[in-house]
Amino acid sequence: MKTFQCVVCGFVYDEAQGRPEDGIAPGTLWAAVPDTWTCPDCGVGKADFEMVEI
Amino acid sequence: MSSDSVVIIGSGLAGYNVARELRKLDASVPIVVVSRDHAGFYSKPMLSNALAGKKTAITLVMKPADKIGAEINAQVLANTAVNSIDRVQRTLSLNNGEVLPYRDLVLALGADPIRLPLQGNAADTVLSVNDLDDFARFVEALDTAADGQPVKRVAILGAGLIGCEFANDLLARGIAPTVLDLADRALVRLLPEAASQRLRVHLEAGGASFRFGVSVQSIERNEDGVGLKVTLNDGSTLETDLVLSAIGLKPHTALAATAGLQVNRGVVVNRLLRTSDAHIHAVGDCAEVDGQNLPYVLPLMAQARALAATLSGTPTPVAYPAMPVVVKTPACPTVACPPPHGAQGEWTVTSTEDALEARFTSSANPEQLLGFALQGKAVTQRQALAALVPAVLI
Repeated sequence: MKTFQCVVCGFVYDEAQGRPEDGIAPGTLWAAVPDTWTCPDCGVGKADFEMVEI
Repeated sequence: MSSDSVVIIGSGLAGYNVARELRKLDASVPIVVVSRDHAGFYSKPMLSNALAGKKTAITLVMKPADKIGAEINAQVLANTAVNSIDRVQRTLSLNNGEVLPYRDLVLALGADPIRLPLQGNAADTVLSVNDLDDFARFVEALDTAADGQPVKRVAILGAGLIGCEFANDLLARGIAPTVLDLADRALVRLLPEAASQRLRVHLEAGGASFRFGVSVQSIERNEDGVGLKVTLNDGSTLETDLVLSAIGLKPHTALAATAGLQVNRGVVVNRLLRTSDAHIHAVGDCAEVDGQNLPYVLPLMAQARALAATLSGTPTPVAYPAMPVVVKTPACPTVACPPPHGAQGEWTVTSTEDALEARFTSSANPEQLLGFALQGKAVTQRQALAALVPAVLI
């Protein structure tokens, strides 16, 4: 499991935890996060920013 | 003097995101980023929730100047100010005496905190946090009040987005902030009344307090050297250790105005983000795009992408979808998507113990959603509702 950080606002997506409040189950790989998902903190779309592995 | 460089003044989110997006489209154009500070890449929105996350001015830097510069293959000039723009020669005069030529210039200058004219012998101690250096000063001040102890009381001027976020964040340090505003409620420009009240109730439950309908007249040091006395316009006083001003930002327009560019509230640009000079563009908090100055991340990103396309040869007007603003107040998670200024319609609020959903619908067409506010568990509706709201700039 990896973690990814939004380069725009610093929000961290942790694959192990997923994002249950957005309907993304724990264990969901970054690649499997839907393209319609947007960053919960800055609202920028997945296609519009780079998540960097940390 | 000729040049093929794109020169960007400003190393905030706007400046670096233009550079990043431009580099994606053009592998070879020389890019120069000029910054008056250290030029490290960080996210300004994180400054107002850094305390709870135990972040410092050092750990907030996601990439230092040399690393971000290498990543986007840009020359980064840190600690360098621009004295003036010569639009005829297309050069910048820098404070280190050098002259920097440009092909195209991007102003990503940001906005400066508005300072209230205050009386009193401690008026000059008022802090505002608008960049990383400000944040470092703020934390240092929190660590050491006049008596050498950590600050326990903070007065925040302004119950807007930044004021409320800092109020929430200070709770994480065990500080009970008092938020003062001349308006009659919090986030008056973003939220309907019921949502403002809910935010207040939750922040007060966490230890913050609010005083509305008041403004500050003077700030004096107490005679014993410990603490400050804030005098309000109703004659009452408030004891505190530190005053943080969060009453708003004014777009940085001085450099553009001096260069003879058209400025209004911000640097005036069209949908192509072009100023009154075809080789100078403006983005981010300093820019007034088609009459609108929107100092948020989403418009900034839309601008960065559009401008990068334009600068790489494909003129691309900026378009804004509906752009909900996420208010980072964990005590009361809040999303605001206010209706356009002057829109005719009404709010309908549904509120439960753990959620609030407010919808602003058009008078002319009650089926048409024009804005909304979400709190608590309802914030998960953010994307679904944003899709129903008309675009801001099509």
